Amino acid sequence: MRELTYAQAIQEALAQAMDADPSVFLMGEDIGVYGGAFQVTGDLVHRYGEDRVMDAPISELGQAGVAVGAALAGCKPVLEFQFSDFATLAMEQIVNQAAKLRFMLGGKVNVPLVMRFPAGSGTGAAAQHSQSLDAWLAHVPGLKVIQPSTPADVKGMLLAAIDDPDPVMVFEHKLLYKMKGEVPEEPYRIAIGKAHVAREGRDVTVVATSIMVHKSLEAAQILAAEDIDVEVIDLRTLRPIDTATIIESVKKTSRLACVYEGVKTLGIGSEISARIAESEAFDYLDAPILRLGGVESPIPYNPELEKAAVPQVPGIVEALRNLVRGRM
Amino acid sequence: MAVEVILPRVDMDMATGKISKWHHKDGDKVAKGAALFEIETDKAAMEIDAPADGILRNIVVTEGGTAAVGSAVAWIYAEGEAVTAAAPAAAAQVTNAATPTAAATAAPVASTTTLNGEAPRATPLARRLARQAGLSIAAITGSGPRGRITAADVRSTEEAKPAAAPAPAATPDPVQKLYAPGSFEVIPVDGMRRTIAARLTESKQTVPHFYLSVTCTLTTLMATRERLNAAAPKGADGQPLWKLSINDFIIKAMALALQKVPNANVTWAGDSILQHKSSDVGVAVAVEGGLFTPVIRNAEGKTLTTISTEMKELAAKARARKLVPSEYQGGTTAISNLGMYGIEQFTAIINPPQATILAVGAAVDRFIPVKGQPVLASQMNCTLSCDHRAVDGAVGAEFLQAFGQLIEEPLLMLA
Amino acid sequence: MNAVSKIKPNARPFYQRYSPAELKEALRKMHLIRRLEEGAEEAYMRGLIHGTMHLSIGQEGSAVGATMALRNSDYITSTHRGHGHCIGKGADPRLMFAEFFGKEEGYCRGRGGSMHIADVSTGNLGANGIVGGGLPIAVGAALAIKKQKRDDVAMCFFGDGASNEGAFHEALNMASIWKLPVVFVCENNKYGMSVSTERSMAVANVADRASAYGMPGVIADGNAIADVEEAISEAVARARRGEGPTLVECKTYRTRGHSRSDRNRYRTKEEIEEWKARDPIPHFEAELMAHGIATEAEVSAIRDSAEAEIAAGIEFARLGTDPNPAEVTRDVYSNEAA
Repeated sequence: MRELTYAQAIQEALAQAMDADPSVFLMGEDIGVYGGAFQVTGDLVHRYGEDRVMDAPISELGQAGVAVGAALAGCKPVLEFQFSDFATLAMEQIVNQAAKLRFMLGGKVNVPLVMRFPAGSGTGAAAQHSQSLDAWLAHVPGLKVIQPSTPADVKGMLLAAIDDPDPVMVFEHKLLYKMKGEVPEEPYRIAIGKAHVAREGRDVTVVATSIMVHKSLEAAQILAAEDIDVEVIDLRTLRPIDTATIIESVKKTSRLACVYEGVKTLGIGSEISARIAESEAFDYLDAPILRLGGVESPIPYNPELEKAAVPQVPGIVEALRNLVRGRM
Repeated sequence: MAVEVILPRVDMDMATGKISKWHHKDGDKVAKGAALFEIETDKAAMEIDAPADGILRNIVVTEGGTAAVGSAVAWIYAEGEAVTAAAPAAAAQVTNAATPTAAATAAPVASTTTLNGEAPRATPLARRLARQAGLSIAAITGSGPRGRITAADVRSTEEAKPAAAPAPAATPDPVQKLYAPGSFEVIPVDGMRRTIAARLTESKQTVPHFYLSVTCTLTTLMATRERLNAAAPKGADGQPLWKLSINDFIIKAMALALQKVPNANVTWAGDSILQHKSSDVGVAVAVEGGLFTPVIRNAEGKTLTTISTEMKELAAKARARKLVPSEYQGGTTAISNLGMYGIEQFTAIINPPQATILAVGAAVDRFIPVKGQPVLASQMNCTLSCDHRAVDGAVGAEFLQAFGQLIEEPLLMLA
Repeated sequence: MNAVSKIKPNARPFYQRYSPAELKEALRKMHLIRRLEEGAEEAYMRGLIHGTMHLSIGQEGSAVGATMALRNSDYITSTHRGHGHCIGKGADPRLMFAEFFGKEEGYCRGRGGSMHIADVSTGNLGANGIVGGGLPIAVGAALAIKKQKRDDVAMCFFGDGASNEGAFHEALNMASIWKLPVVFVCENNKYGMSVSTERSMAVANVADRASAYGMPGVIADGNAIADVEEAISEAVARARRGEGPTLVECKTYRTRGHSRSDRNRYRTKEEIEEWKARDPIPHFEAELMAHGIATEAEVSAIRDSAEAEIAAGIEFARLGTDPNPAEVTRDVYSNEAA
C-alpha cells in the first residue's frame, strides 16, 4: 500500500470530505496560500478555492463562533487552530456554545463542526505553543475529543468526525505530522469512541494516547527482550472513552499503566485509572495503577528540559519493568 | 466523637476473628470495661470489654460474622451524639461463613505482615485468587514492596501446600453419600474442631513419631500421696487446703525429668532445635466438643500443692472455654491422661511444636513378683511419643527412665 | 370604511408599507411580550418559576420593529433578554411558558429555561447566556447563507455591554471583510447590568464603532417601532443585496432591573419615570389611532386578546409534563451511545 505522512493523510481526508459534501469548508489562520503553519492544508486552496479553504483573521474566538453559527445553519466547518494552545482564546465558543447548544435547545439542533488542534511538545516552541490540552476539552460534555496516532487513523477518524453530527475536537501531535504510514486511498471511516489494541501482550496493559502510543510501542519492544510482554492500547478517543476494551485487557494482564503527554494531574490517565478502579477489572489488578504523564510544569524551552517534561522511552521502560517485576 | 469498637488481636497468629456472641444489642447503654462481645478464636472464646461508656451503635459484624483484626465492628456513641452511617466499616465483615480451609490454614501459619498489627497488604487479584482457593490472605507471605501479597504469592502458596487443607480434604458431599440419607445428623465444625483436625493431621503426617513405654509401680507414690493429703491443714471453710492427685505427681515428675534430661526438653524449629530452659508441661483437658492443653509453666520449681491448685483453675477455665492464649500456648511437653476411663495403655499424637507427649494409662492392681513372692501392687503404664527429628530413641528412653524413677520413688522429687 | 384610506400621505413609510392587519399584529406582539413578561414575573414571584429571568419591559418596540422586517427563513441570535425577539420571530407563548416552567413541552424541553429560549423552527438560533456569545454565531450563520447562495439574513441582537466584548469586534470585522448578510442590532438600554454606557464606553454611541469595521452605523429610537423598523429594513435590504452588514443601534431602556435580583441602586427614580413616559406601547397605539389604522376599541381588543393568550399559555404550562430525571443526559449528543 502506498505511504503518506500524517499531514498528507489529513489533507487527503479534508479533500475527500470536500469532494463528497459541498457543505464542508475549511477555515483557519494561514491555511490558504501559505498552506497552513504545518503544511497540512498545502495546496488545497488552489484545488478548492478561497471560499472553501478560508483564511481567517487572527480571531480565534470569532472563528470558533463562526464555525458554530455555520454548523447551526447547515454547513460542516472544519476549523484549524494554528496551535492547540490558542484554544484558550476560543474557550467561550467551544465550551459554552458548541458543546451546549444542542442540549440547551432540547436536542433540536446539531452542531456538526470539527476543530483541529496541532498539539504537544518537542518542537522548541516553549510554554505557549506546546501544550496538550486534550483533557481540558474532554472534560466537557457535548464535545467529542479524538487523538489519532497514525496516518491511517487520522484519515479515517477525521472523515468520521466530519460526518459526525456533534462537535468533534481533533488533537494532532505536531511531531506526528511527518510520520509515514500506509494509508488506503479510498475514503473510509474509523469509529469515534473505539480504542485500538496496537500490540497484544500478557504482562501489562499500557493505555497511551497520541505520540505516547509510539513511545510505548518502542518501550514494549525493549521489554520483550526481558520477557516482559506489554499490551499497548491506543485510546484514540478521549470522549467518549472506550472503557470496555481497557477492562478486557486489564482482566488479562492484571496491570495497568497510562502514558500520556498532558500534565499528569487530572489528565486522561487519571480518568482511566479511576474507571478501572471502579470497574469489574479491579479484582484483577495485581499491582498499583501507574500514570506516566507530563510533569507539573509549563513546557520549557531548553531541549533537554523539554524532553524531561514529558514521558520518554527510557522512563517508560523502567516504570513498566518495575511494575511488572513487582517493585512498584 | 464515637469510639470505635475494634476486633482486637487476642492470639499471636490471628488475622481474623469470629464474633460468637454480642452481650449487647444496638442502642444498648454500655459501660467501659464491661463485657461487650465474645470472639471465638481457634482455641477459645474471649470476652472483649467495651472501650468506652455510651450507647452501642452500628454493629457491623454480627454474631457468627468474621472480621479482620483491628477493624471496627461497632461504635460507641456518647449519649445524645448524632449517629453517622457506618459506611467505612461496611467492609469490616470479612464473611459470615468462613470457609473451613481459610480458618484451618490461618491457624498454624503466622503471617509476618500481621505481626505489627496492620492488615495484610494484597493486590485485588491476590485477594480474589485467595478467596477462590479458600486461602486466608493472612496466611500468605507477600513478596512485593512493603510485604504486598501478589497473585504470584498466592499461586506459590497454593502449590507449596497441596495438603495445606487437610481437614476438608474429604469434602462433605462424597462422605455423606456413603451413608443413607437421614441416617446421620450433620454437626457443623467450629474453630476449635477445625484447629484440632488441622494440627493433628499435620502432626501425624509430618512429625516422625516413635513410642516408648514404661510400667511404673505406684505403691510408694500412693502412700506418699495419702500421707500428704492426710496432713493437709483445714482452711476457713473446714475443707483441707489441698487434695493431691496422681496427675499432680506426674506433672512434677515430667518437669523434673526434663530438667534431668535437657536434650528431651526441645522443640523442632525447622533449621534449628530449641532447647528450653524451663519445663512447661501441658495437660490435656477434655471439654465438650474437643480438648484444651493448658500449660503449667516452670513446673520443675513448683510445689505439688501449687501445681495442684493451678491445674484445678486451668481445667475449670478450659471447660468454660475462657482460657487465654498465653495459658495454652508454648508448652515444652504434654501429658494426656485417660486413666480415669480405665484405659490401661494408649499412644498420643504430639502437639507441635512440642517434641514429646506422655500417654498415661489407668492405675491397675497387679500381682508382681517381689523376691519370688507375688505381691499386690498398683501399677500404671505410660507411653511417651517422641518427635524423632528432635529426640532420638536413647534420649527419649533416658527421659522416660528418669520419669519412672521419680514416680516410683517420689522422695527423689525433693532431692 | 377602509382604514388604509385614512392614512395621511405624509405618514412615515412604516405606516404605508405594512397593511393595517400587519401593523395591528405588530401591536399585538408588543402586548404579548409585555404580558408574557409580566405574567412570568408574577409566576416567578409566586415561586412557580425558578432560576432567574431578565425582563425586557420597555424594549418591546425594538424587538418587534427589528423582527418585522424578517421572514421565517432568516435567522436571529438572541440574548439573555430575549423574550421579545423570540415572540417577534414568531414563537408561541404557550411553549415559552412551558419552558419557563421547565416542562418537556417547552421550546427547550425544560433544558434551557428563560436564558436559552429559542424556537428553532422560526429561525431563532438561541438566546444566549454569554454576553456577546451570539455575535460570532450570527456571522457563521450568515456565512452559511452566503455559501448556500440564499438571500436570507442573520440578525444578531446584543446589548450595549456586549459591544465591549472581544467577540463583538471579531464578529463585526469578519462579517465586514467577507461582506456577510448580517444585521447587528444593538439594543442599547444604557446599562450593562449596573454600569452605564458613559462609564463603560469611550464613544458616545455603539453605532460609532461600526466605522472601525467599514460598515454603516445607524441610530434608531428604540422606543418608536416605526423608527426601528425603518432603520432595520434598510439594513436587511442591504444585506439581502449582498452589500454586507450594518450595525443598527436602538436606543431604549429597560424599566425593570437587570435581573430578578437587581435592587436598582444605580438609576434614579426620575430617570426610570422619564423612560416610562416614553413607553413604546402607548406610543405605537397613539400613532395607530392618529393614522386611523386602529380604533380605540380595536386597540383595547388587541390588549385583551394578548392578555387571554398569555393566561392560556400559563395554564398550558402548568399542566405540562415534568422531564424524567433518568433522561438528564438525553440531548447532550445526537448519538445516545456517545
